[in-house]
Amino acid sequence: MATLTVPATVPSVTEDCEQLRKAFSGWGTNEGLIIAILGHRNAEQRKLIRETYAETYGEDLLRALDKELSNDFERVVLVWTLDPAERDAFLANEATKRWTSSNQVLMEIACTRSANQLLHARQAYHTRYKKSLEEDVAHHTTGDFRKLLLPLVCSYRYEGDEVNMTLAKSEAKLLHEKISNKAYNDDDLIRVLATRSKAQINATLNHYKNEYGNDINKDLKADPKDEFLALLRATVKCLVRPERYFEKVLRLAINRRGTDEGALTRVVTTRAEVDLKIIADEYQRRNSVPLDRAIAKDTHGDYEKMLLALAGHVEA
Amino acid sequence: MADLEALTKAFSGIGVDENSLISILANSNHEHKKSLRKGCSKFFIEDDNGFERLHQSTVKNLKLEFKRFRDAVVLSLLHPWERDARLIEKALKQGPRHYSVIVEIACTRSSDELLGARKAYHSLFDHSIEEDLASRIKGSERKLLVALVSAYRYEGPKVDEDVAKSEAEILSSAIKSADKRKPIEDEDAIMILSTRSKPHLQAVYEHYSKICGKTITEDLEAEGILKDTVECLCTPATYFTRVLEAALSVDADEESKRALTRVIVTQKEFMVKEGNVLNKIQGILTGSYKDFVLGLVAGGKN
Repeated sequence: MATLTVPATVPSVTEDCEQLRKAFSGWGTNEGLIIAILGHRNAEQRKLIRETYAETYGEDLLRALDKELSNDFERVVLVWTLDPAERDAFLANEATKRWTSSNQVLMEIACTRSANQLLHARQAYHTRYKKSLEEDVAHHTTGDFRKLLLPLVCSYRYEGDEVNMTLAKSEAKLLHEKISNKAYNDDDLIRVLATRSKAQINATLNHYKNEYGNDINKDLKADPKDEFLALLRATVKCLVRPERYFEKVLRLAINRRGTDEGALTRVVTTRAEVDLKIIADEYQRRNSVPLDRAIAKDTHGDYEKMLLALAGHVEA
Repeated sequence: MADLEALTKAFSGIGVDENSLISILANSNHEHKKSLRKGCSKFFIEDDNGFERLHQSTVKNLKLEFKRFRDAVVLSLLHPWERDARLIEKALKQGPRHYSVIVEIACTRSSDELLGARKAYHSLFDHSIEEDLASRIKGSERKLLVALVSAYRYEGPKVDEDVAKSEAEILSSAIKSADKRKPIEDEDAIMILSTRSKPHLQAVYEHYSKICGKTITEDLEAEGILKDTVECLCTPATYFTRVLEAALSVDADEESKRALTRVIVTQKEFMVKEGNVLNKIQGILTGSYKDFVLGLVAGGKN
């Protein structure tokens, strides 16, 4: 469930644009107004605002935001304002660049989006970067990581609920064999994770646990320092229990000494319109603290306010 | 006699001459048919039990030739996405000798057409193309084929010549190391062929020729599927011409002949330009099948 809240009566697009224009004018910037508007509009509304703003003022809203804002607040507003497909393309592209490279982000996008959302991200990638996502991933990842990530970003999984129990059994057996032999980068192991439908994978992993006693991720913990294994475990989580995956990302982002704003911004902006409520519930369950309180404790200023707005926080 | 010749002719070539058959057989009495059978040693043999028996292989071939018009009609009626999804599923079921069809579809369709085929596949078969290919193909072609159907290539003209040159070199060394590792399993070769845009690959093709003195397709002569891949991506006209000529050659097998229907139905713009092949078609095809095919090509000019 989403956490984004949109007012019952939404001002007209023209009004929103006018207000935003006002927020940029003069010496300072009215960040509160920006949060009040953009932080409470859904993807369609934001798209309309961007189009109307460009038509009316001859400037891309994002360009204006870039000029006026800075630091973490700017990033969260910019990333949020993009529409979901563009946002995913942007984050994926960032994840292939040297200084911001992240196999985890690529896997996260590939595995937690629906088949069509991933497709739209790939289309947006063409438009924005004049290349295919897969070329960049292929070019900027190596070895086992590439072997896993490339099929993940190229997948177009079947989305039905049908499950073949015989197949679940045989593929659970296959996974168990490969893992027992420490063949973590095995072609077939990767094939199962990268091509089967999420429902099928879920059935396979349930069977795995029933038959062999352990959760697959427990068996994949053989070497806690192995980064590839960590990515495999995260992949599994994203495919079958995304809310738990995101809870962990948030937990690590907020509770570390210092805050990982990149991760925090990414999770909040990409899930606010999807399932941030479920993730927040999971967070509270796991940490005995409501997510918005944890965010408030660890961040400040306009950045904090924007995150809280997106997380559905209501001022007491 | 004239009818005997006409009968033989009606069953020769690709397709069957329905009108001819109607005029020969519809009013044919018992004696007349008997003399046709006795005279037609190509199709009938004298059975020991005193009757003229139809060759077993003729039965099979006739079935295929009668089906040809039907298959062409259905194929041309289907939505292109469903058509491509069904062609891929069939090729997968038929086995390794038919995998070139998968390559053909994955590499000659536009990015959105291939995408559409993937969507249609979901609807038709309750699986994704990549999961079926990945689980059913056991040979060395698996990685390449799965990667090719999963591609969503950028379609703009931009090409980085330096990258194209270095990728030509990578392909060259993959081909040269064939004795150590099959080129079709070379990860870098697969990556290049399955992720780069077509304009980029055409640039790679050019650079390869400059570097090696031969074209990639010449150097891949022995490599079946890999050769088809490069041809379909870089020089599709060459590929289609080759397929059509094989279909129209004297010793064409059923597989090659089916390719005729497939290529004509799916490559109308290409067909319009292929004057040479069209002349051959006039002579070799017959009946409703021929009319339909020629009609398709004429319609392709629209």
